[in-house]
Amino acid sequence: MKSGSNLERVLEADQFAVTVELGPPMDCSAEVVLEKARLLKGCADAFNITDNQTAVVRLSSIAGALLILQEGLEPVMQMTCRDRNRIAIQSDILGAAALGIRNCLCIAGDHQSFGAAGRLKGHPGAKNVYDVDSLQLVSILKGLRDDGRQQGGDPVETRPPLFIGAAWTPMGDPVDYRPRRLRKKVAAGADFIQTQGVYDVDQFRGQMAKAAAMGLHEQTAILAGIIVPKSAVMLRYMDSSVAGVTVPRALIDRMEAAKARAGDDKQRVRLEQEEEGIRITVELIEQVREIEGVRGVHLQAIEWEKRVPEIVERAGLLPRPTVAEA
Amino acid sequence: MIVGEQKPFAQVKSFIEEYGKLLVVGCGSCATVCLAGGEREVMTLASALRIAFLREEREKEILEHCVTRQCEPEFLEPLVARARSEGIEAVLSLGCGVGVKLLAEKLQDLPVFPGLDTKFFGATTEAGVWVEMCAGCGDCILHLTGGICPIARCSKSMLNGPCGGSKDGKCEIGPDTECGWALIIERMRRLGTLDRLDEVLPPRDWSSGHFGGPRRVVREELVTHRSDDE
Repeated sequence: MKSGSNLERVLEADQFAVTVELGPPMDCSAEVVLEKARLLKGCADAFNITDNQTAVVRLSSIAGALLILQEGLEPVMQMTCRDRNRIAIQSDILGAAALGIRNCLCIAGDHQSFGAAGRLKGHPGAKNVYDVDSLQLVSILKGLRDDGRQQGGDPVETRPPLFIGAAWTPMGDPVDYRPRRLRKKVAAGADFIQTQGVYDVDQFRGQMAKAAAMGLHEQTAILAGIIVPKSAVMLRYMDSSVAGVTVPRALIDRMEAAKARAGDDKQRVRLEQEEEGIRITVELIEQVREIEGVRGVHLQAIEWEKRVPEIVERAGLLPRPTVAEA
Repeated sequence: MIVGEQKPFAQVKSFIEEYGKLLVVGCGSCATVCLAGGEREVMTLASALRIAFLREEREKEILEHCVTRQCEPEFLEPLVARARSEGIEAVLSLGCGVGVKLLAEKLQDLPVFPGLDTKFFGATTEAGVWVEMCAGCGDCILHLTGGICPIARCSKSMLNGPCGGSKDGKCEIGPDTECGWALIIERMRRLGTLDRLDEVLPPRDWSSGHFGGPRRVVREELVTHRSDDE
């Protein structure tokens, strides 16, 4: 065991893993985090606390991770390269490990010009850091854990027991380069991978086959990302504007049909689409589960966490396995 | 070249409100090539300023000058002499930041104002468009990336390949920005050297760049040391 985290144990025991994203609030309300934690407890093996996602200031990932840890949930602390240099990164990682956080997902982070894709002001004039890239971040964590060495070379006496994650955008451009990019992340030391949201299962299957041909599925645990769709508008937006996400026409049509079924009643229009979105999610989980090398799913229900327990239940993924610590 | 762009006219005008005799100084090098601060731009800006002040019924003497390179001390000597002999009260430089700085140093008691915003090291890609190509980081890695710089051309200066935000060859920050890594991958594929990107590049030593503090280059063989015997 590298970290002894619940997520690592579940994967080691060859169980199909479930992780769920939990977005912290844009203020200092611990209660918001705890409420989501209570709602989600027991429906996943670990819960990702995002790190100022879409470059919007939110309660910190490290604090959010500690809050849910105290509530009895296991966090995956996300860490971006956008906001910290290698000094702050390593300091926060050591601090997180001291607090009992065992999983860390290493990501580049959305560029600060994002500001939630224009829906919020954000801080587009911020100075970014990018001292290291997401792949180097993986290697830094591995160095702390396996070599007991800081990136600069100084020793680390008590090594942080971390389960190191990285993101993969299998359908991102340039698409034929993506399997090689994954191979690099695995070589850098990624123990697990959470992918960008998958809607186009056929294309994902193709990319997974390429990854499997390189043996990557045996060197790292790949969790397929699923973003729960809420409406036809959302699906269309994801398809046109979110890099690395393509939504097949058939799914958009299904959502449109649900919308049409609802008639003129605005509330019904919303509910019908939401129900269709949940059906689609459950089907996507079942489909990716069949793909060779997919070791779990990573669910993102953006500000809609309350529906996750039902999704996991309907996908036949409850109860979550209990794997005793060695 | 160093690419610059003229500051907004109102801002430039505001710098010089209080001075009666002004010298607008162009630069015959980069600023000329990027059509921001050469002889022609000096003429245009000086005229515009004269007209703007005349409209307010304020008379100012606005003179024009252009030097071959504002960033080299010897080219500035005639300019310094002129400023002194003609009683210039302030100088507006249409050179890059280096020019402004050097002029300020040479014209010790005269205020020097920037007429340009100095943007980046770049080149023109089509008429009217200039693109950043080099970040001046002090430790070139272009031999590893097919001659295209990931530090300058990737919005996140990623060194080990594209982030998830690359779409149709464009960067996640907007459709006008090419994805630097899409360019690198395409180029190296064409060169047949794509395999070289499989190597994991470790975190970089940024001290060769501005992050290490203001930089200097010293070539000992060219430095004229004063002998201790003298």
